[in-house]
Amino acid sequence: MKAKHQRLVLIIAALAALIAATLLAMSALSDQAAYFYAPGDVKANPLPLDRAVRLGGMVKKGSITREPDGVSIRFVVEDGVAEVPVLFSGIAPDLFKEASGVVAEGRFQKNGSFTATNLLAKHDEKYMPPELEGKMHKTGKVSQ
Amino acid sequence: MIAEAGLGLLWLAAALSLLQLTLGVIGLRHARDDFVRAMPTVAVLQALLVGLAFLCLIAVFMLSDMSVKLVASHSHSDKPWLYKLAGSWGNHEGSMLLWVTILAAAGAAVALFEDKVSAPTKAATLAAQAAIGAGFYAFLLFASSPFERLNPAAAEGQGLNPVLQDPGLAFHPPTLYIGYVGLSVAFSFAVGALITREVNASFARAMRPWVLGAWVFLTLGITAGSYWAYYELGWGGWWFWDPVENASLMPWLAATALLHSVTVLATRDALRAWTVMLGVVAFSMSMVGTFLVRSGVLTSVHSFAVDPTRGAFILALLALYIGGALTLFALRVGAVREGAQFEPVSRETALVINNLLLSMILALVLFGTLYPLIMAGFGKQVSVGAPYFDKVVGPVALVLAAFMAAGPLVRWRRDAAKAVVRRVAIPLAVAALVLGGFALSGIGVLPLFGLALAGGLAAASIAPLWNRNLRRTPLFTWGMVVAHLGAAVSLAGMAADSAFMKERLIALPVGGVTSVGPFAVTLTGIAPTVGQNWSALEASLSARRGAAETRMTPQARVYPAPYTETSEAALATQWDGQLYAALGKQNPDGRWQIRLWWKPLVTLIWIGGIMIALGGALALIGRVRRARA
Repeated sequence: MKAKHQRLVLIIAALAALIAATLLAMSALSDQAAYFYAPGDVKANPLPLDRAVRLGGMVKKGSITREPDGVSIRFVVEDGVAEVPVLFSGIAPDLFKEASGVVAEGRFQKNGSFTATNLLAKHDEKYMPPELEGKMHKTGKVSQ
Repeated sequence: MIAEAGLGLLWLAAALSLLQLTLGVIGLRHARDDFVRAMPTVAVLQALLVGLAFLCLIAVFMLSDMSVKLVASHSHSDKPWLYKLAGSWGNHEGSMLLWVTILAAAGAAVALFEDKVSAPTKAATLAAQAAIGAGFYAFLLFASSPFERLNPAAAEGQGLNPVLQDPGLAFHPPTLYIGYVGLSVAFSFAVGALITREVNASFARAMRPWVLGAWVFLTLGITAGSYWAYYELGWGGWWFWDPVENASLMPWLAATALLHSVTVLATRDALRAWTVMLGVVAFSMSMVGTFLVRSGVLTSVHSFAVDPTRGAFILALLALYIGGALTLFALRVGAVREGAQFEPVSRETALVINNLLLSMILALVLFGTLYPLIMAGFGKQVSVGAPYFDKVVGPVALVLAAFMAAGPLVRWRRDAAKAVVRRVAIPLAVAALVLGGFALSGIGVLPLFGLALAGGLAAASIAPLWNRNLRRTPLFTWGMVVAHLGAAVSLAGMAADSAFMKERLIALPVGGVTSVGPFAVTLTGIAPTVGQNWSALEASLSARRGAAETRMTPQARVYPAPYTETSEAALATQWDGQLYAALGKQNPDGRWQIRLWWKPLVTLIWIGGIMIALGGALALIGRVRRARA
């Protein structure tokens, strides 16, 4: 094989790797782009049932109830536009409480509820997830 | 006094780095041999001075000198001594001082021990190392001085983040940093060789041990960090795709690619430009990582401080060094003579494929880590997490594992395709057997192929020893075998953990029994307990497996300074996996939340990591011995 050919083959291989990487990243990011939901987002649009997503909002006052198994809780996430009932099994973070912000990781169910496998609530009472802040401003719920 | 001495030493070291750079530039430009000969002495002196400065910082931490701002805000006189010591680098300023100390030490090591490259290339390398040093000294002195005083002195320190109060802190950051910053030598070598236009096989043989050394430490540091996060964070996971984890993974990926391409350059004098490029990229990834961690632009469990001037400073250094090196590369790459040709079926080709796949993973991880930053530039908030990384890295890593199995079974220069097929037949059969065995067990596609490839890779890794006199097999061949086998072991652990992990989340009254995997677990009691600077509620669990019983005591700890609640998981290690227990909260009805995981073969992940590092160490010893012989 001549030097010129060898360089050509190497360049083609590198290009193929680059294209494969781009396609892979794009397909993974198209899921990720629609990764974060507020309750208002799923009111009008179809539910993303096929993948794990994050649901963020405020925990509705008076909505937390315990299940008899001792490790599951139910609560309602609201954003001023819509409400979504959530079921969570696990050890809730310390700062998870009513009328404060929460991000739940898990899946939407066909009936419009959400099953969470993980809850995020930062160790700061003023904490608002950055993704949520934008959305809440949009819906006009947060006005400070 | 000690703090002032430390600051003075730091200024002196910075001045010496400028001197070293000037000596190099003048010495090379005007062919002044006396200037060039003085450089190693300056490099060693510089390392000694900054090392002493670092000892000064350790001293003020050990003495709990609360008139030093850094000590007052990160330490506490009640802390056990180990955490006073480790606390000196468990913060932004101290960790940057450790960073430049290792940078200077790496430069001194090159000055003392490197005798394979030509004198001009060595001078250019030392000058490049000094140039990097000068920038980071400036960063320390002007933007993050560790020796700043507090007037009046604080009565008591604010304490160290309890998550960091773990023996892991004493070991993990220094190891990781030696690897991270050790790659600066590869960078300086690449720059040095471009300056003197001496990119050839003997340059590669000189550079290889330095890359191997840094890579061994990087591997150990990542492995230790993963295990630390696994038992300390109490989430039961071992890799979180946190930006800071990615920051350590990216230099590792680049260094792994470099390690293999430098071998091609050393053995066959091919891949010249590419190897030099990788040398630049590997340390650039270390600097990008430092920027991501230290600037606080990405939210992460590791970010210490968010200070925009620091971020801008590091970004400027980054642009200067990476931009400078790439410009030099562009100017000189034409002068780098075309390397040797190679045949399509040969070890060289296999290593090129290895490099392509590693570069692909590197690009995908880099893109995913920076994507939120790019989108923030457009005013959009996105988070890229495990779903993205698992999806893109998983499949490419499995393809890489397949080529990793075949690569060492292909000969250098030229091989016959038929002979290669014959040699990979047994590993392929092993992989097929594993695939068939688990195909119907309902595990996911990635873990299934992970297990199969781990089996095939393990068989292929030891194949190079087949029919060989083991005593006369060179040490670096053993190194390759052990490292590749380690990758198979690690892969098996990852796949087995994700395929067969069992989880139980339950609220138990005292005396209650539950089961997870092969264990019957009883909550026998809950009692308060205290440590040197914490108090805790401790659960006593009895885990029975057949006739054997293991006691486990997970804790929910409270640290008063600063006030933090942490969960201390309990681990029971068995030959075939680990039982992981974490204690949650008490319910209003009196029951306790307990979380249990049975993780089959999970320990293989870190055993594999240690084997990979050991393989690297064996190869390093083998290479150095042969070079000295």
